[in-house]
Amino acid sequence: MEVEDHLLYTKDHEWINIDGDVATIGISDYAQEALGDITYVELPTVGDEIEQFGEFASIESVKAASDIFSPMSGKVIEVNEGLEAKPGMINKSCYEKGWIAKIEITDMDESSNLMTADEYRKFLESVELN
Amino acid sequence: MLVQEILKKTPLYEEHVALGARIVPFGGWDMPVQYEGILAEYQHTRSAVTLFDICHMGEFTIEGDCQETGLDQLVTMSLVDLPVKTCRYGLLLNNQGGAIDDLIVFRLEQNKWFIVVNGATTQKDAEHFRKNLKQPNSFKDVSSQTGKLDLQGPLSRDVLKTLAPGIEKLNYFSFDHFDLLGERALISRTGYTGELGYEIFFPWNKTKNLWQELLKNSKVKPAGLGARDVLRLEMGYSLYGHELEENISPLESGLNRFIDFNKNFIGKEALLGQKESGLSRKLIGFVCENRRTPRAGYKIYSATEQDIGVVTSGTFSPSLNLGIGLGFVQSDHGALGEKIFVGDERNKISATITGKSFHKNTSLKN
Repeated sequence: MEVEDHLLYTKDHEWINIDGDVATIGISDYAQEALGDITYVELPTVGDEIEQFGEFASIESVKAASDIFSPMSGKVIEVNEGLEAKPGMINKSCYEKGWIAKIEITDMDESSNLMTADEYRKFLESVELN
Repeated sequence: MLVQEILKKTPLYEEHVALGARIVPFGGWDMPVQYEGILAEYQHTRSAVTLFDICHMGEFTIEGDCQETGLDQLVTMSLVDLPVKTCRYGLLLNNQGGAIDDLIVFRLEQNKWFIVVNGATTQKDAEHFRKNLKQPNSFKDVSSQTGKLDLQGPLSRDVLKTLAPGIEKLNYFSFDHFDLLGERALISRTGYTGELGYEIFFPWNKTKNLWQELLKNSKVKPAGLGARDVLRLEMGYSLYGHELEENISPLESGLNRFIDFNKNFIGKEALLGQKESGLSRKLIGFVCENRRTPRAGYKIYSATEQDIGVVTSGTFSPSLNLGIGLGFVQSDHGALGEKIFVGDERNKISATITGKSFHKNTSLKN
């Protein structure tokens, strides 16, 4: 299971890449693998105000439907519209081309509620043992 | 208290694990739902050939005349005119006309029959046969000795004829016995994918050899129950527990052509009564306006948002690139082209009622 070093993670398997005031959000390799072939992504709308750990997108696969929660609070400034036609991009490239949305972060302190890559790796080990 | 169900394993369980399959409980069995991915396995079945472990399904034999043993009166399809070495699909009904199971009856010889039933219902079906046959001693449950592999896809004939010469002469819904890896195999030209394909019945304890031998051919890939469900749903095939149930009439499921009203069978009176008084619901197919997947249990709403029924199966259709499904609606609805919504309180997907066959022009009759 791939875990990218420079990202922060949630227990629901979303990742966030913070770059100044702006952050990019997606789901982890573990999440895309667990979902299987992704067939539909319901993207947030640009301008949406979202809260940390609040629902902001949903993903459907052949097997299941899953809500996606935002790792941090903010305002949606861009969404990955390419996913509407090619949702499988999340399976192929969950950390790069399969990003879901970009937000303008409202409270940088919230990042302390997230896991570093090493913490997330340990978390995955505990998830897999259960 | 945690009660854990002990799940049965097919003789291929270790093979699936070694292939990296994701294993899920299915009808009391540990079964592979996918190997490399549902959509890839789907595509390989439609375009090439895949192999499915179907050992969980049940098999019975009955020796004797179909009427003297009572077999004919237990199933809905006509048996007296079934040619030897052919098979026919039909239903096992209760007195209320509800489906105990759907099944295929094979005529091995004039007075020898082979019956294939669903895995989760095998035990209850066997009890129903033993209780209702006129000659219960003619009946044998051979499920635990009988392995079953399905080889499905447009290239299935090319692959199988190298191991079992002669299978190329089999017509749709016919079968024969063949020498396969030194064992006696029953091979029928049947399947649940809509493609050209074969179901192979093989000694349970030798099935692993056959599985390995078939996968040695680089054209063949394993496929799991996830792909199987997408494939069958695109063809509009019913799945027991979804479109068929003890409290669902096969007339409601639109399976009239598998019922012979010129003979007597358990449930016939009830079905005639339903025909007389009219059915309150019927099975429909529908196509969503986007790629969203309808799920079993979703409600079906009319264009004016009235609750008119329930979704029984749903999937993403790779062939249409849209969500598709089957479901029951009140009989005053269900016209082809009728606009509906499927979903729950939170989420409604626009859809259109269509025929139940979503994918056409397959290799099935090649």
